[in-house]
Amino acid sequence: MAVKTIKVDYLARVEGEGAFKVVVRDGKVRSAELNIFEPPRFFEAFLRGRAFSEAPDITARICGICPVAYQMSAVHAIERAFGVTVTGPLRDLRRLLYCGEWIESHVLHIYMLHAPDFLGYHGAVDMAREHGDAVRRGLQLKKVGNQIMELLGGREIHPINVRVGGFYRVPRRRDFAPLAERLKWAREAALETVRWAAKFEFPERSRDYEFVSLRHPNEYPLNEGHIVSSRGLDIDSAQYDEHFEEIHVERSTALHSQRRGGGSYLVGPLARYSLNFDRLSPLAQQTAREVGLGPVCANPYRSILVRGIEVVYACDEALRIIDAYQEPDRPWIAVEPRASVGTAATEAPRGLIWHRYRLEADGTIAEARIVPPTSQNQPSIEEDLKEFIVDWLSLPDEELRHRCEQTIRNYDPCISCSVHFLRLDVDRG
Amino acid sequence: MAGVARKPRVAVWKFSSCDGCQLTLLDCEDELLAVAGAVDLAYFPEATRGDIKGRYDLSLVEGSITTPHDVERVKDVRRRSKFLITIGACATSGGIQALRNFADVKEYTSIVYARPDFIETLATSTGIADHVPVDFELRGCPISKRQLVETIAAFLAGRKPVTPPHSVCVECKLKGNVCVMVAHGTPCLGPVTHAGCGALCPSYDRGCYGCFGPMETPNTASLSKELRVLGMDERALHRVWRTFNANAAPFREEGQRHGR
Repeated sequence: MAVKTIKVDYLARVEGEGAFKVVVRDGKVRSAELNIFEPPRFFEAFLRGRAFSEAPDITARICGICPVAYQMSAVHAIERAFGVTVTGPLRDLRRLLYCGEWIESHVLHIYMLHAPDFLGYHGAVDMAREHGDAVRRGLQLKKVGNQIMELLGGREIHPINVRVGGFYRVPRRRDFAPLAERLKWAREAALETVRWAAKFEFPERSRDYEFVSLRHPNEYPLNEGHIVSSRGLDIDSAQYDEHFEEIHVERSTALHSQRRGGGSYLVGPLARYSLNFDRLSPLAQQTAREVGLGPVCANPYRSILVRGIEVVYACDEALRIIDAYQEPDRPWIAVEPRASVGTAATEAPRGLIWHRYRLEADGTIAEARIVPPTSQNQPSIEEDLKEFIVDWLSLPDEELRHRCEQTIRNYDPCISCSVHFLRLDVDRG
Repeated sequence: MAGVARKPRVAVWKFSSCDGCQLTLLDCEDELLAVAGAVDLAYFPEATRGDIKGRYDLSLVEGSITTPHDVERVKDVRRRSKFLITIGACATSGGIQALRNFADVKEYTSIVYARPDFIETLATSTGIADHVPVDFELRGCPISKRQLVETIAAFLAGRKPVTPPHSVCVECKLKGNVCVMVAHGTPCLGPVTHAGCGALCPSYDRGCYGCFGPMETPNTASLSKELRVLGMDERALHRVWRTFNANAAPFREEGQRHGR
């Protein structure tokens, strides 16, 4: 019997530690497993007994690439628990900070993690030898995202300026002037990025995903909205548990999410884009059409283009916010702790992230639950591997292994996050 | 050195962590290609598919030791490395993961995981120096970009990196900040915290929360007294020492004196 195993023991160009194993029997993919061996990190346990005010600083440490997603989800959930809504310029500044994280994280993935798969390099440093202009453009574009994080958050990684109710300190209007100039350049660079990536060769693969993302009445979703799906789901974040569940499988320190009663779903750029194309800025929509993306994209290899479109949008949106910015009277609004439960979902660069906190009367955290994007996508990644590589099985092991890695990197998996989350084994026997 | 100079081989290793400290290297957008030109980035899985084999002139190690497997892995990293530099609070003192050191890890596992029996983990999270000799430590959660570039440059030049061990207070004075504790009564760990961030939190009107860990010879007991005057109760005092450097000795011991 023709059996073989393709394994990768330490997946590169992803955030965190993982591996995968694909077992092939008689020309068919029998199983595809993503193993997450990132050591468990116990954040939900650390949060018990801490003050509500510590949640943004502690949850940021879950991930160095998307700390803002964790901070934002935490502050929104706690504010909902305390019955407080942050509006006006403070709300806009939160959106701006999130734009910074989308730009920084998406551009890192586009240029440094994903593009080398399409162009045949081990990494961006190798790629820079022949594609120096592109890599330099990527680095400078990423830097603009980080400049937003630095100005508004204090630093790029684990920003210190976010608090329940708003910020510790808010920028003056004039502080934004140099940044606005950089953002105008960044918007052009983002357009060039999309046009550059559109020339890559994309495998023709797609699946009938259930897309899940936030949807807001008049904005492309970042911080707020209902949780909706391409199969008709439309719920408030408080109802998340009624529709989704986490299961624990032996091979992984990340929990896997599925729809209650079974079934994988997809969160992230493809889901957001396909459910919210009408909410993109005119420039982002026009750029998508120019490179042949319809209003729905179900080919995960093309996610690099969708990330590019989202970077165009994030630059547009950041410029809109800066232009309209009026300094608020106070950097934060006061909150009054009470015994309560609060939930929130926001859109991390990699997809929907959900938090739930139960708080005591004095604001102490009694219980915390965090569902990161990658654990939600893990079943979908495995299904992609099973379905997409069938036509590549005749390739030599090294090429097949590379195709498998690329299939996983489509997701921009964030493994440290999902630990509560990767190695490739292709087993051909 | 005689003959053609070989570029130093650099490896970046990850243990239990958020990836933020190694991301700091990729965040050096202006310096990254120059650094990559001056060294041979031989192993850096977050950035490149590459080989793990061989020996390295410099290993940058991120993350803390939390599994039996990692205890062995870090010994292997040490054997292959001429210089070993830990980057960040996790690698230096165990990081936020070290909060488990003061709790029952079995209980923690059952809080997070449905099947605790699938999870293999140590009862403690410890810094790299608890397991193998370390040549230099970079503090911070996360490390500072400027200090990282300085450390790599110093390594290439064969000199000691300049990373002053004084307190964040000194950085505030250098920056001309008004003291948040004296002027606003905001609790601040600046007087006992290792410099390196550029007095970030006080510059944003909040107190330092100690993410660079203890400075040289910190007077933590005296600061606790001051924090109590500012209205922190025993539970709050316990928490303030128990964050991202909870297992660094001066913070660990001060944390033990308070709470409950």
